[in-house]
Amino acid sequence: MDQAKNFTKGFIRENPVFILMLGLCPALGTTTSAFNGMGMGLATMFVVLMSNIVVSLIKNFVPNKVRIPCYIVIIASFVTIVDLVMAGFMPALHEQLGLFIPLIVVNCFVLGRAEAFASKNTLLSSVIDGTGMGLGFTLALTLLGASREILGSNAIFGLQFIQADGMLVFILAPGAFIALGYLIALANRLNKQ
Amino acid sequence: MEYIVIVLSAILVNNIVLAQFLGLCPFFGVSGKISTAAGMGGAVLFVMTVAAVVTYMISHYILIPFDLIYLRTITYILVISSLVQMVEIILKKVSPPLYQALGIFLPLMTTNCAILGVAILVIQNEYTLMSGVVFAVAHSIGFTLALVILAGIREQLELVNVPEGMKGNPIILVAAGLLALAFMGFAGIV
Repeated sequence: MDQAKNFTKGFIRENPVFILMLGLCPALGTTTSAFNGMGMGLATMFVVLMSNIVVSLIKNFVPNKVRIPCYIVIIASFVTIVDLVMAGFMPALHEQLGLFIPLIVVNCFVLGRAEAFASKNTLLSSVIDGTGMGLGFTLALTLLGASREILGSNAIFGLQFIQADGMLVFILAPGAFIALGYLIALANRLNKQ
Repeated sequence: MEYIVIVLSAILVNNIVLAQFLGLCPFFGVSGKISTAAGMGGAVLFVMTVAAVVTYMISHYILIPFDLIYLRTITYILVISSLVQMVEIILKKVSPPLYQALGIFLPLMTTNCAILGVAILVIQNEYTLMSGVVFAVAHSIGFTLALVILAGIREQLELVNVPEGMKGNPIILVAAGLLALAFMGFAGIV
């Protein structure tokens, strides 16, 4: 496969959140601000990249029947690393993301990449795929976080640009669903062109 | 009294799907028809309760005494996936009709973040075993409620003329958003 295409497919064409609708739980649960969304996106990107590397390295040694449990253990190990590193170096962000860090384990997007791509492709392709899809996921979460932050608290990355109360509903749960709905409609439109 | 608060808060105020964003994949994936939504709810009720009890035991009798809490994520997910497998085998033998009814939803349970999420929350909130069971049952009822309501809305949406760009997933997400807004009306009753 063309490696450049492989790298960029995650941005819009096969964006995990907007097009494939995978990994929605963290996408909605952590994006109360652009910064939180980006933090969650980067944490997931690390896990996807590392698990893609390991899975593509061991793909010839793992018996087919037990491959899914093997992948889950690999992913869970990297999630534990992210969890501990984040708790140590970024306690504030770790507190904000809370439950969703250990839940990267059950993010269907991560397992999906391991199963659908890394287990069938070479190391280089898997690294490029992991980075590209991870960036696409980060992009989607940052975008969703930014739209919710702009509408909900008139700020972007914590910088307030209008001194007034925003539409609080976009910070709360219902706004997450509605904002994502409209962003998906937008992505569908961009994809059609 | 404590149990009533847990139940009301889990079902209405902090609904697991609409307020805590757990288990969204099945929420959007199997909410096409009311009957499948109810089937999924039953499967979740069963697995979530058993998983909460088993992970509680493991946490309190193995992980905490031996100071292995950092292994929590790995052990939980392994326990849940083998538990799902075991439930599948037992159900197939003991009650074939129920097994048939749940069908594909049983194996999918492993990657349902609501199950792992509730197991972790039970430990984080430092519940006793009994409260943990009530917590898990109430959360799965909340999950089923949200799922069945959304399935009902989606069945109606089939008949509506939706604008071109909003067809498919976008309109379902907006509908879920309005549903979440309605559930926010329960805030403050506990």
